[in-house]
Amino acid sequence: MRRAVHAVLLLLGASILCFLLSDLAPGSFFDEMKLNPQISPYTIAALRSAYALDQPLAIRYGRWVKSVLRGEWGYSFAYNAPVRSLLVVRARNTLLLTGFASVLAWPIALLLGIWAANRADTWGDRLTMGGTALLLSVPELVLSLCLLYLAIRTHALPVGGMVSVSFDRLDPWARTRDLAMHLIVPVTALVLSSLPILVRHVRSSMIEVLKAPFIQAARGHGIGRTRALLRYALPAAANPLISLFGLSVAGLLSGSLMVEIVTGWPGLGPLLLEASFARDLYVVVGVVLASTVFMISGSLLADVMLVIADPRVRVE
Amino acid sequence: MGTEQGAKRAIKPALVRTRALCKQYGQHRLFSRGKFTVNALVDVDLEIPFGGVTALVGESGSGKSTLALCLGMLEKPDRGEIWFEGSEISRWGARKLAPLRSKIQMVFQDSAGALNPSFTAAEIIEEPLEIQRRETGRRLRARACELMEEVGLSPEWAKRSPLALSGGQRQRLAIARAIALRPTFLILDESVSGLDLSTQAQILNLLLNLRATHSLTYLLISHDLSLVGQIADFVAVMHQGRIVEQGPRQQVFASPQHAHTRELLGSVRILESAFRAAQAGGRS
Repeated sequence: MRRAVHAVLLLLGASILCFLLSDLAPGSFFDEMKLNPQISPYTIAALRSAYALDQPLAIRYGRWVKSVLRGEWGYSFAYNAPVRSLLVVRARNTLLLTGFASVLAWPIALLLGIWAANRADTWGDRLTMGGTALLLSVPELVLSLCLLYLAIRTHALPVGGMVSVSFDRLDPWARTRDLAMHLIVPVTALVLSSLPILVRHVRSSMIEVLKAPFIQAARGHGIGRTRALLRYALPAAANPLISLFGLSVAGLLSGSLMVEIVTGWPGLGPLLLEASFARDLYVVVGVVLASTVFMISGSLLADVMLVIADPRVRVE
Repeated sequence: MGTEQGAKRAIKPALVRTRALCKQYGQHRLFSRGKFTVNALVDVDLEIPFGGVTALVGESGSGKSTLALCLGMLEKPDRGEIWFEGSEISRWGARKLAPLRSKIQMVFQDSAGALNPSFTAAEIIEEPLEIQRRETGRRLRARACELMEEVGLSPEWAKRSPLALSGGQRQRLAIARAIALRPTFLILDESVSGLDLSTQAQILNLLLNLRATHSLTYLLISHDLSLVGQIADFVAVMHQGRIVEQGPRQQVFASPQHAHTRELLGSVRILESAFRAAQAGGRS
């Protein structure tokens, strides 16, 4: 219950801040129209009052909250549609992308991290660490560009967008295939950029736990290496990893903005970018708020999982 | 007469014996060649006679715990031999060691860290029985409860988390786990340090009783000489990875040969009175 109140307060705070900051930024959506001699100042003034832009900030905020409660999430000037209908489609695309990336990245990270921890300070481990350090130092942007370059040079993969132009004429199987092919470049970019952090966390928390006396005691009883790793060490090492998992859930909506923009994926990233340039205020606020909702649910999820997984947290 | 007995005791084969045991820990340095090394064990010759309490004393960092880990088969020595019940075991592989592990058990200092936090008290005792396939099904839980009773823990606590137990209770649990496989050799690595004096004395009493009923041989690792003075039959003194002195306790305590032993003996003997009081309390 206390958590729910916190969450609502956090959402309110984030939206107010978002409103305030965008109000501080100079210009508005209709300012560019002023440069157009064919649109009369009267029309612009009429539009401004239609969207209530001539009202004070507090009133605009109040109207926006009402519209959120109605399920509209404000109104987009550029698309001339309620923000929610825009967000839902874009968020679905983003979640498809980030969901796939997470589902791929976590098992790989767990396997690699456990493998490296098990043979800490051998060549295999050093190679893994070197590789992740290298990946860590390459910005997402460069990574995406490199992948795009490869895709273009080899003609093996489609570049840009989410589906081919002929998508509507394809049968269901071919549609799935087409979508999957379009997913490969952005998903790979996301996996490669999130992998190093995950692998390093898994490895370090496993190494820490493998030194614990209770693992040594179990080894003293003759436990097999695999069982010690998976049944003893992994649950004990899960604590920081669960927090990290919560963070990666939290980042599902906001973590792929750059990759989406570069690879042309029609998710929230390009929408946010366009809306920011066009000063499409309510779209920006909507995207920020949707990300905040994910942040809050991610950390909530992590907390719940921690209580389930860790007896120490339960005791407290 | 006394010397004759002493000679006989010396002839009796030791349960555990090490010959020229060496262990080095190394770490690669960043941006430079070569390794940064620590000589944890240097030519360690140690004899642990059957049935007695052999104390391994020395300041922290003297190599006691490394020796314990080597004897407990949790670390491989770089060189040298470890003889246990007449076989040289230091080069044995995991498969060959597996049955032997039940004979050598350790009780660690940090009882909280030594017990798997995601297990209940009973599951902790069942763990070695399960790994070594000694008991299954309902017998497993029954045996765990028997062992809990044997170390003075109520079987009603079987489902408690080790985190909900006190330090002394946790150490009892660790001891129950260690004797579950009916070992012959128990390594007590600072097992009573960190407990308050009366709990320390109670745990020591428990250990001495168990030694009698299970005919155990103890290697007691401690930096606390007053404790060693209470229960050890033999004493080995470690300093900078070497054993600088070893022999019967009275001999080492009465006429220490090595300067480091004399230095260690200068430490306080507070435990004595508490131990005596607890022993008197236990008898009545």
